[in-house]
Amino acid sequence: MNPNKKRLRRTMMFLNAQKPGLIKDPYIYKPDSIMLDLEDAVAENQKDAARFSLYHALKSIDYHGCERVVRINALDTPYWKEDIRCCVAGGCDAIRIPKTECANDVKMVEREIEYAEREFGRPKGSVLIMAAIESARGVMRALDICEASERLFGIALSGGDYTKDLQTHITGTGIELMGARQNMVIAARAAGVQCFDTVYTDLNNMEGFRQDVETIHLMGFDGKSIINPRQIKVVHDIFTPSEKEIILAEKIVREIDSKKAQGIGVFTVDGKMIDIAFYDGARRTIELAKASGVYKGDL
Amino acid sequence: MEIKKPAIAGTLESSDCQVTVEAGEGKIDFLLDSSVINQYGNQIRRVVYETLGNLGVDNVRISVVDKGALDCTIRARVEGAVFRSLEQTENLPWGGAIRS
Repeated sequence: MNPNKKRLRRTMMFLNAQKPGLIKDPYIYKPDSIMLDLEDAVAENQKDAARFSLYHALKSIDYHGCERVVRINALDTPYWKEDIRCCVAGGCDAIRIPKTECANDVKMVEREIEYAEREFGRPKGSVLIMAAIESARGVMRALDICEASERLFGIALSGGDYTKDLQTHITGTGIELMGARQNMVIAARAAGVQCFDTVYTDLNNMEGFRQDVETIHLMGFDGKSIINPRQIKVVHDIFTPSEKEIILAEKIVREIDSKKAQGIGVFTVDGKMIDIAFYDGARRTIELAKASGVYKGDL
Repeated sequence: MEIKKPAIAGTLESSDCQVTVEAGEGKIDFLLDSSVINQYGNQIRRVVYETLGNLGVDNVRISVVDKGALDCTIRARVEGAVFRSLEQTENLPWGGAIRS
């Protein structure tokens, strides 16, 4: 398995691949991933130019550890195969498939990536895939999509197109996204892949944004797509375990390890009943704290 | 490669450059407009000539209006203009004639 499949992805910042001013130094804001966009952000008559810009950015710019994901054009356009050749040759870390409707969409992209890896001398499996789900049909097939390829590290909701398909619109309350969010995060967990939420486009409503991020964090999402550096700190603050959570997780792991040796299954930590069911969650909190760079313990 | 028709790529936005190519008169004619021409004129010229060399283009009139572009952007815009003049958008030679 590609070791980056499970990496930390709290924030994925969209950037128009055709705009040199945007793609030259986004790492200074420290998003976990950048999403270099060849699709909607790029005008139809600039699709060709965007690829040259993308290729040289991937080859020349040091993104200081930010994951470099490329959103290719949709599979019903004439662009997506050449997009894949360009970004695999450039050395991207992952490809985002827009408008994913079924498992076969993922398999088609996987096939082209394999051709490109061979053509450009990259190791097989080095380029990961994520699938954006933008329709009711895609939501209903989320589990099939999640299980379509070993390269697929996660799925992402694209709220704008999805709500159009659902014949509603983005309200800011999240009510119109509830079903898709729930369905997608359950499918992702069932398949053992990550799940990412849609963008929040009202940059003047930071309190609404914070509430939105808190909601998806509680729902089980791994991160959120973002469109502005101002949104990064809010997401990272919410998705990074607090000191109190880390201390409790450490106590739970240590207590379960020691009580297990003594044959005790249920006990209390800080007045709360704890049993083996808490172990994986506590371990995850510590792993997330490590990946976020805030863990100072020795577990 | 032979320039087939006039073509343009890039914008006049900050950090970008706009490159125009048209068929030459047996050599490379290079014209540069940049606010940092005194500091970076030679470097921009070197990158443009190197990129044209990689593409095998030696008969072209090329004009660059620079707005503070990085080398990688200059390469991208020169290649963008050349391949537009050839009307080639698929099976591009990534890692071959197109290289950093």
